Amino acid sequence: MSKLRMPVTEQDHHTGNPKAKIILVEYGDYQCPHCGIAHPFIKRLIKEFGRELFFVFRNFPLQEVHPAAMIAALAAEAANLQGKFWEMHDIIFEHQDSLSANSLLNLAKALGLKLEKFAKDWESKEVISKVENDFEGGIRSGVNGTPSFFINGNQLSSYDESYESLASAVQSLE
Amino acid sequence: MILQKGDPAPDFELNATPDQKLKLTDFRGKRVILSFYPADWSPVCSDQMSLYNETLRYFHKYNAEIMGISVDSKWCHMAFGQSRKIHFPLLADFEPKAEISKAYGAYNEQEGESLRALFVIDEKGIIRWSYLSPDGINPGADGILDALEEMSSVKS
Repeated sequence: MSKLRMPVTEQDHHTGNPKAKIILVEYGDYQCPHCGIAHPFIKRLIKEFGRELFFVFRNFPLQEVHPAAMIAALAAEAANLQGKFWEMHDIIFEHQDSLSANSLLNLAKALGLKLEKFAKDWESKEVISKVENDFEGGIRSGVNGTPSFFINGNQLSSYDESYESLASAVQSLE
Repeated sequence: MILQKGDPAPDFELNATPDQKLKLTDFRGKRVILSFYPADWSPVCSDQMSLYNETLRYFHKYNAEIMGISVDSKWCHMAFGQSRKIHFPLLADFEPKAEISKAYGAYNEQEGESLRALFVIDEKGIIRWSYLSPDGINPGADGILDALEEMSSVKS
């Protein structure tokens, strides 16, 4: 069983209670259909477990199989620089069937992002290295596909693409 | 049992494309990662090879080249490599069937397929790390990178 090698830090995109006993980390790819399936499960977990849970999302774009995965990850990071990471994260997953440079730009527009800044940040070194660091940390932690989950540092092997499998893993630590 | 750390890596000369053969000895001075896998097209193998596609640059950082090996033919590898956009050689251990897989101890006689086994070979052709994964499990790249990192630190 693989362990999370990169500790969760302030730089990570997170939601929920930072003091929670349960820390769930997802390595995900915006164009991966399985991550699309997991997306609403995560929303529900956050809602149902409330202050018991701290959730972190890290990028793991598989660029060769998912040609828009990288630009989507960069777009979410660029939105982060305008304080709208989670809004962008959600809207990208909601439109994951039609991801392209154009559609991502339209999503940024729909969220009311400043487009000039967004376009510049989207291809900035800072944003690219954030995504690459996430990816490399995932590789070193044994991530072999997406989505990969770690609960309190341990890779979750019992996830079977159902909400229940995630919820029961979280519950067992409550 | 698969070959272990310290064993010399058996040489091979196998087709990487329909008109190109690769020899292990061509890679002296470089590190080589050999990834034996059961079959082109089966779901886990494809994920594993796709993953290595994305981790090539991390392998290159450690002066290492990766090659996949299975008993599929050179034509099958060509179609699979094109379909998955694989950017590293896939070697055909096809005739005599599985000769190299057997030499590395990485052959499943019952299935007639290579086992899912990884070998990291140093600049002089000595195996420095090996790992046998359960058939259905994609072993990822962390073990390979750990082995490459350890080799670098021992050297310096």
